[in-house]
Amino acid sequence: MSTWRIARLIAAKDLRIEWRSRVVTNQVLPFAALVMVLFAFALDNDNVLTRVAPGLVWLATMFSMLVLVQRAFAVETADGALDALQVAGVRPGGIFLGKSLALAAQLAVLETVLLIAAVVLYQAELQASGAVLLVTTFAAATTGLAFVGTLYGGLAAGAKGRETLLPLLMLPVVAPVLIGATRATEAAFGTNGASSSEGWPWIGLLILFAVLFGAGGTLAFGSLIDE
Amino acid sequence: MTPTDTPTSDTSPIDPAAAVRRPTGTAFTRALGVASLVGIVWLVLFGLFLSPNDASQKAGVRILYIHVPSAWLAYLAFIVTGVSSAAYLFKRTRSLTWDRIAGASAEVGVLFMGVALITGSLWGRISWGIFWTWDSRLTTTAFLFVTYIGYLAVRGLGGSHQQRARRSAIIALLAVLEVPLVHFSVKWWRPLHQQESVAEGKLSGLMLFSLFVGIVSFTLLYVWLVLHRQRVLAMEDSLDDQGLDQALAERRAEGAQV
Repeated sequence: MSTWRIARLIAAKDLRIEWRSRVVTNQVLPFAALVMVLFAFALDNDNVLTRVAPGLVWLATMFSMLVLVQRAFAVETADGALDALQVAGVRPGGIFLGKSLALAAQLAVLETVLLIAAVVLYQAELQASGAVLLVTTFAAATTGLAFVGTLYGGLAAGAKGRETLLPLLMLPVVAPVLIGATRATEAAFGTNGASSSEGWPWIGLLILFAVLFGAGGTLAFGSLIDE
Repeated sequence: MTPTDTPTSDTSPIDPAAAVRRPTGTAFTRALGVASLVGIVWLVLFGLFLSPNDASQKAGVRILYIHVPSAWLAYLAFIVTGVSSAAYLFKRTRSLTWDRIAGASAEVGVLFMGVALITGSLWGRISWGIFWTWDSRLTTTAFLFVTYIGYLAVRGLGGSHQQRARRSAIIALLAVLEVPLVHFSVKWWRPLHQQESVAEGKLSGLMLFSLFVGIVSFTLLYVWLVLHRQRVLAMEDSLDDQGLDQALAERRAEGAQV
């Protein structure tokens, strides 16, 4: 079976589990929206909120992503499914790409909700001229985040105390995505008079990040989940 | 486990009693320990008493004699960790010794980096008036610190020695991938930040000499610490192996009695 077909099957399986259990829609999305409301309480100023809205969208994405990643691997480790897949001779690179694909799909839903929350709650204004930049930013950043989340989630999955280990390992690694995606989103929104042309160099960083961790993850995932 | 990953235990679990009594010091490390101790006494003499005050920083400049060597050693330690991890993953040089050197070096590196960050922020408070600034070098250093704390946590996850070695080697190489990304993204994030140079040509002869003494003696101390720590890690591993062998022997003896 080709790696790509394995990836598609695993992604479909993950999304089917999520669709039937509704954990993402009933728990993770409300949590993300709650984070956005709490930011408003903490910052308590409409002008400030509008200005920092892009950063808050990405910060909330990363916090919610921790929950998503833990959930993605909890369904695997509960019945030793990850070990079973490996015993069955399924290529780890395929598992990695499949889990990443499913995570990326969930992240895309999450980010859309957070973007709408930013527009509704923080008066962030979407601009037609920044639409292409915005979509590209979200695509590139989501890909990179999904790869890193799967890589470190897989490592932490088999371990004792994984709940505390995952944020320590993952958050420093995704810091460049937070910086790059925030600046690019600001450019797309026109926050602080930024023009959309300022956002494109950051897209380069986001794509480089996604490629590096995608390649690294496909190669290394097998060794990391090996128990 | 992949077929290429045959156990290469070089811990030689032989006689438990001899292992207990085996010290980690050798003639070389004893000489090294004495040399670094002498170097540190020198550093105290030069750093605190013999070198003059700086014109603008006054006595604050003396922090640099600790700060610069610590920072230099922290970077060196992480380079050693990265290279040893790569050496472990490379099949022809695969040996658990590389893994232990990587682990020992990371532990010592985190220690020195902690010292560098604390002394650096104290120095910053004296000369810039602030403890912290979002300079790319500072931010990258802080990220390096957190990343290697995470690396040490991964080392503590358990499993067989080979598992630990492979897993932590991969994490170390991913950290090598991460650091430049963090560095450049922070650099682009704050492009207009003024370039703060810690020690570029502003120090007089005796000050530079004190700094030199600090770097040499801290480097000796680093090598001494890593060698000892590496040997302690090897002893811990062989103790683990012996515990397992002993447990196996006991279970077998139980079976024989029935």
